[in-house]
Amino acid sequence: MAVRRLADKSIQPKDFAFTAENLAWAKQQIAKYPEGRQASAVIPLLWRAQEQAGGWLPEPAIRTVADLLGMPYIRVLEVATFYTMFNLAPVGRYHVQVCGTTPCMLRGAEALKEVCRRRIGEQMHVTEDGTFSWVEVECLGACVNAPMAQINYDYYEDLTPESFNRILDDLAAGRPVKPGPQIDRQFSAPVGGPTTLTDPSLYTGTGRHGGPSLTDSDAKRPGAAANVSESPVPKAPIADASATTAPSTRRE
Amino acid sequence: MMLDDKDRIFKNLYGFHDWGLAGARARGAWDGTKAILEKGRDAIINEVKASGLRGRGGAGFPTGLKWSFMPKESKDGRPSYLVVNADESEPGTCKDREILRHDPHLLIEGCLIAGFAMGAVAAYIYVRGEFVRERERLQAAIDQAYEARLIGKNNIHGYDFDIYVHHGAGAYICGEETALLESLEGKKGMPRLKPPFPANVGLYGCPTTVNNVESIAVVPDIMRRGAAWFSSIGRPNNTGTKLFCISGHVNRPCNVEEAMGITFRELIERHAGGIRGGWDNLLAVIPGGSSVPCLPAEQCLGDLYMDFDTLRNLKSGLGTAAVIVMDKSTDIVRAIARISYFYKHESCGQCTPCREGTGWMWRVLSRMAEGRAQKREIDMLLEVTTQVEGHTICALGDAAAWPIQGLIRHFRHEIERRIDEYAANPHPEPVAMAAE
Repeated sequence: MAVRRLADKSIQPKDFAFTAENLAWAKQQIAKYPEGRQASAVIPLLWRAQEQAGGWLPEPAIRTVADLLGMPYIRVLEVATFYTMFNLAPVGRYHVQVCGTTPCMLRGAEALKEVCRRRIGEQMHVTEDGTFSWVEVECLGACVNAPMAQINYDYYEDLTPESFNRILDDLAAGRPVKPGPQIDRQFSAPVGGPTTLTDPSLYTGTGRHGGPSLTDSDAKRPGAAANVSESPVPKAPIADASATTAPSTRRE
Repeated sequence: MMLDDKDRIFKNLYGFHDWGLAGARARGAWDGTKAILEKGRDAIINEVKASGLRGRGGAGFPTGLKWSFMPKESKDGRPSYLVVNADESEPGTCKDREILRHDPHLLIEGCLIAGFAMGAVAAYIYVRGEFVRERERLQAAIDQAYEARLIGKNNIHGYDFDIYVHHGAGAYICGEETALLESLEGKKGMPRLKPPFPANVGLYGCPTTVNNVESIAVVPDIMRRGAAWFSSIGRPNNTGTKLFCISGHVNRPCNVEEAMGITFRELIERHAGGIRGGWDNLLAVIPGGSSVPCLPAEQCLGDLYMDFDTLRNLKSGLGTAAVIVMDKSTDIVRAIARISYFYKHESCGQCTPCREGTGWMWRVLSRMAEGRAQKREIDMLLEVTTQVEGHTICALGDAAAWPIQGLIRHFRHEIERRIDEYAANPHPEPVAMAAE
């Protein structure tokens, strides 16, 4: 757990109201959930409120969302303080989230954090011109492209201190930047090109019936070995109704 | 010989091709979906059971069996729901992201088939909040599917089914199925006690099945090509193809779809360009995402099959097949301490052993990383991990305990060496000691 509190009263705005456009959008969101379950929309609405307020969630916005959804204020406050993507204090125009969890740490996240400390300062400190703030976050789920950082909505991957500095320079100067891998690489494919999916007939769409490129009969025969490390013998299905185990409690 | 390209399910894993409906169709998606549904609910569930598909979210619970827990018909008027867990945040894991942004139609088609098989009226796909672009892509693909009347009311498949995208806002715990349901209902993501299981009382108190993205996205191909095809890949009880995420100290980190049960050496050599600095430089491997205990190099060199059962027998696990490789330059104690910090940060705070234990374990392990500890604290730490493990509502407590247990099991000598080294140099402050 992390201690998360609302920003000091002195910086909280007096009030908050959704723009007409955002209000219409909010109504659409609420309609995704069954009658009487409008509370489900609380995260999307708080997120939109944060966007409208310039990247952070002021206290009046939390109350506005609660009123809109007919929820007690405390329930929405709980949600706003529980989920770490809600910034409870103002952030920079570019809010940099550096992943510091082990897979990124193994590939140099410490150096990226050092870049942030040098350029921006302490975590959640906003630079004087209001351009940058940064924070170390937990795994952002781009581990094969480590180390990486999220700046506003986009992931910047395969970073080095040099390329990271360059991106921050470009953002500060208002120059366009390219999200994704910062080295010569196609998304999560290995550097130097993929080792799989290289058979062009997968994509030519010239199956024998003019239909999809791959039909069942093109696939490996049932029972044949697909890999040297597997046994070629067909085996019985693992699960049948005789199994009595209850569903597991682990992540699924 | 490796898994043939024709046997791979995710043909646009790397995003070289069109993610949209036309591209997905050219790669075989949405082909004969109506005929699949016409086989009937039981036939689909039996086919998925026969394929041996085990849940791809980490626990490896048989997917078909899970579906069969859903009520056959609603006796009390409650609808059933399918919830797809796209809250991918297990450190090391980045496979569902590729499906969401590059092959979203496989997931959407899978939702329809799975939803039909369990009699669900709608699917909610819970995407982690940070995946903003992936969420946009998924929504665009769903819009295409509605437009082409593949899903929705009066669709061409004859089964009314809605798919909604929902998102979180940065909480690892929401990847736990009941915490995810709480979050989807608009609450803090705190796991629920089980039973009742979601199949009886899930989303909005209705029967619900929560499945991982990859589990659902492979279903259309299983139905098209048959359970015999899927179950012929891999090893007994560990069948099919699997997306592996190879990160850490390899020459070319990548995601790749391979046969379940490929050996660790083949996986790394063939797809990730080998270990950085060669195989002699390998220190340890976390084979299934941060929750599973690490394995030392000597256990990874022989025929280490990357599947659920082999790894479990080594007291580790396949988890999400997120392979984190560490070479000899790694400070292994610090690497595991960072994982401990992760669990401390992500504990929801509901159960005392986890809320207090994760912080305690992290603090002690951080001292051990510096050597600023007593040797008897190693056993004390091990003892505490067993007091957290199994004493919490959800598995986050277990997940916080296992990496530390793995560290002590295989690298106790490294912790002891640091303590000796620290003790050999005089320090002005006394060495700290944890309170019991």
